[in-house]
Order: sequence, then structure tokens, then C-alpha cells
Amino acid sequence: MSHDHDGGFAHPAPPKLLITVFIALVLLTILTLAMSSIDLGLMGAFGFWIAMSIASFKAALVLLFFMHMYWDKPFNVLVFLSSSLFVILFIGLTLMDSSHYKNSVDEYPRQPDPPALSP
Amino acid sequence: MAVVEPEHEAHDDHHDHGEFIAHHFESAEQQFDSGKLGIWLFLVTEVLFFSGLFVAYTLYRVLHPEIFDQAHVFLDKYLGFANTLVLLFSSLTMAVAVRYAQLGKNQHVVWYVLGTMVCASAFLGVKAIEYTHKWDQGIMVRSYFDYHAGHHEASMPLARALGVSDYLIWISIVPVLLLVGFALFAVFAKLTEKANAAFFSACMAIAIGGYFIGALAGHFYMELTDGGIGGRSEKAAALMAYEDETHSDHEHTDKPADHHDESAAEQQKETSEIAPYEGPQNDEFDQDIGIFFSIYYCMTGLHAIHIIAGIGFLAWILWRSILGHWRSDYFGPCDYVGLYWHLVDLIWIYLFPLLYLID
Repeated sequence: MSHDHDGGFAHPAPPKLLITVFIALVLLTILTLAMSSIDLGLMGAFGFWIAMSIASFKAALVLLFFMHMYWDKPFNVLVFLSSSLFVILFIGLTLMDSSHYKNSVDEYPRQPDPPALSP
Repeated sequence: MAVVEPEHEAHDDHHDHGEFIAHHFESAEQQFDSGKLGIWLFLVTEVLFFSGLFVAYTLYRVLHPEIFDQAHVFLDKYLGFANTLVLLFSSLTMAVAVRYAQLGKNQHVVWYVLGTMVCASAFLGVKAIEYTHKWDQGIMVRSYFDYHAGHHEASMPLARALGVSDYLIWISIVPVLLLVGFALFAVFAKLTEKANAAFFSACMAIAIGGYFIGALAGHFYMELTDGGIGGRSEKAAALMAYEDETHSDHEHTDKPADHHDESAAEQQKETSEIAPYEGPQNDEFDQDIGIFFSIYYCMTGLHAIHIIAGIGFLAWILWRSILGHWRSDYFGPCDYVGLYWHLVDLIWIYLFPLLYLID
């Protein structure tokens, strides 16, 4: 058993680190909100992917430091990250099959699309 | 309240495993590692559980992006933003609580877990304002979607006196009962000299009080911003004006004006087979936006259920912190509940841009 260093198997995170991570998370949230409020013109369809990238970066910060993944056993990290593989499979395979009912959906009487709303 | 200080002395022959190390574990570390793997596996099932709803979201957004462009004007992104901050802050307090549990400082754990619970309740309070505001405007799930600007006149005398919606009174019953119940029990336990139970109940009453802080803040935000759609009310009104226009056209064409006209009658028969027109429930436009709100209510509702469950788990951690159970070789439950709580935060980190910040 590895009781060789003081404090045993606990890895208390330094408070300064936790507070820094929190501030980074808040700033990234403000950035996401600002991005949706101000039309940068450059974003277009990439806006969604940028928002998702920021969310994923925030998720990584939470996982690494709040959830102690940084100090955790590699096997636990592998177990948790394997879930993302199955989520990608789940969403990906469903999207591949998404137009199966397209014909019957197209036949369904629909009203004309409403006027486009500028964001 | 007993506060157990961390053991700094080396683990020698007497090797005090403590009262919480189950006999089938070789050491405290082995027990901790087993629990940790278990909680990570549980979190995997949670991720996959939520991913079903993310699939529904993705599929519907890919097939009907226009509905998402229209529907998000009904959501208030500033309330969503405030809730994100509250949840991130609760994650910080939880991470600090876990740190103190790892150091065996139980007294600190009590305060930080209490802070986490107050934030969790405040989140639900803001959510309650958001939900009831939507229900008031008829923004419901698909089959019941019937938007109308402005509010229903509250029918309950209490709701009218407070200037809030009937729905808010209904969903506040449980927190009110819990608050009163814990406060009364705290007094009762104090009188019967059960110090720990009295302290715990008082903490629980404070934690549930967070709901009312959140609800009050949300309520005043709504009052100040006059319904607080965050500058999007004109868009919602324009959208609905268009909807009313096409809605009345639709009604005209649907009416069998001439029964002798065979093709018209046939067309009428055809449409009535698919969607007999009997009011807002069968208005396709409303239904389409309603599907967004079906997804919205499922995702945020399931998330809110996780918050409520989290408050329950945190109450357990609070109780054990009051009893002074945590020490540097036994803090597993606090750590595991912390991991669960961070996962709930993690899911909200994705829900916020996906639901509130669609452009």
C-alpha cells in the first residue's frame, strides 16, 4: 500500500487553483453569452461549433480540477471518457438514419415557413 | 459537535482502520478506490441516460433548424446565465468541501456543503420562476402549447396578493412545507436537547430557504424587465402575429365552403383524417414550437430532478459532517457526492448554450 507520503491517498486540491478554475469558468460563460448577444458576422454556422467548443473546454476544466481527474487513476479516466465514445456512436448512428421518415414527413400538410428572424 | 482532526502520525502497527472501513476491504485506500470506480461507472450511466435526450435534441435540430430559431426567443437567456453562475459557484463550494473532507476538517465541510445546498435550492427557485412564467403564457409541451402574450389573472387570493402566478404557489408548496417542517423540528430537537439534530434541521431550513432567495430574485428580475424576455419580446410578438395571420387563413381554407365541390370535400376529408382542426392543439405552427418545448422541459426537468436528488445526497453528507465522520483516510462519500454534483453542473454547461443561446 502506498502510504509513503503524508496525507495518504487523498489529494486535496489547492484552494487557489479551485478559485482560478471557477473564475475561468465564469469568464468563459460570459464569453458564450456575449457571443450570442453580439453578432460578430464572422461566425455564421461556426457559432454553434465555437459555443460547443467553449462548453467542452469548460467541461474539461470541471472534470480535471473540480472532479480531480488530474490526480485520478488513469483507469478511472478511461472508464469515464469511454462514455463519450458511446454518446458519439449513439448520436452519430441516429443521425445517419435520420431521413428514413423524410417522405412521410414531407407529405404531411405544413404551413409555409414564417419570415426569417434576424438574430 | 465533534471535529476530528486529520491523523498525521504514520500508520503503524495498531493500524486504526476506523469504524467505517468495511471488513472485506484490505485497507482504507482499497475501499476508497473501489467506491471511486463505482461512482465513475455510475456517472457513465448518467451521461448515457442524458445522451438520449441530447439525441432527440440533435435530431430535431438537424431536421428542423427553423423551429429552434423561432422557439428560443421565448427563453430568457439572462435567467439561464444567472442559473449557470449559481451552479458553477455551487460546484466551487462543493470542490472546497471535498478538500476539507480530505483534510478531515468536518466543521469546514459543514459550511461549504451548506453553501452548495443553498445554491442548489436557489437554482430551483429561479427555475420555478422560469417555468411558471412560461406556463402562464401557455408555453407548454407540444399538445398543450397555446401561446398568448401577457399573464393570466391569478385566481388564488394568495397569488393575487403576492402578485405571482397560481402555478408558482402550487410548486412552492413542497419547499414551504419542508422549510416549516425543518424549522419546527429544529426547535423541537433543541428543546429535547438533541444538539446535532437541531443543528442539522436548522441547516436544512437554511438550505431550503435558498429556493425562496432564487424565486424572489427571479421574480424581481421579471418585474423589473416587464416579463424579462431579455429584449426579445418584440420578436416573440412578431412571430405570433404572423402565426395568427396564417392561423386564420388556415381556418378559412379548412372550412367546407361548398359541399357540392367534390375535390374540396375530398381535400377536407383528407386533412381531417390527418389533423382535425379543433383549436390550438391542432395548429401545426404552435405544435412545431411546442416540440422544442417538449425537449426543453424534458432536458431541464430531468436536470432539475438531478438537482433535487443532489440536495438529498448533500443532506446526507451534511449530517455525516456534523457527526464528524470525515478524516484523511475516510472521505469517500463526500468525494463521490461531489463527483455527482459536478456532473450535474457539467450537463448544465452543455444545456445552457444548447437551449438558451441559439442564434
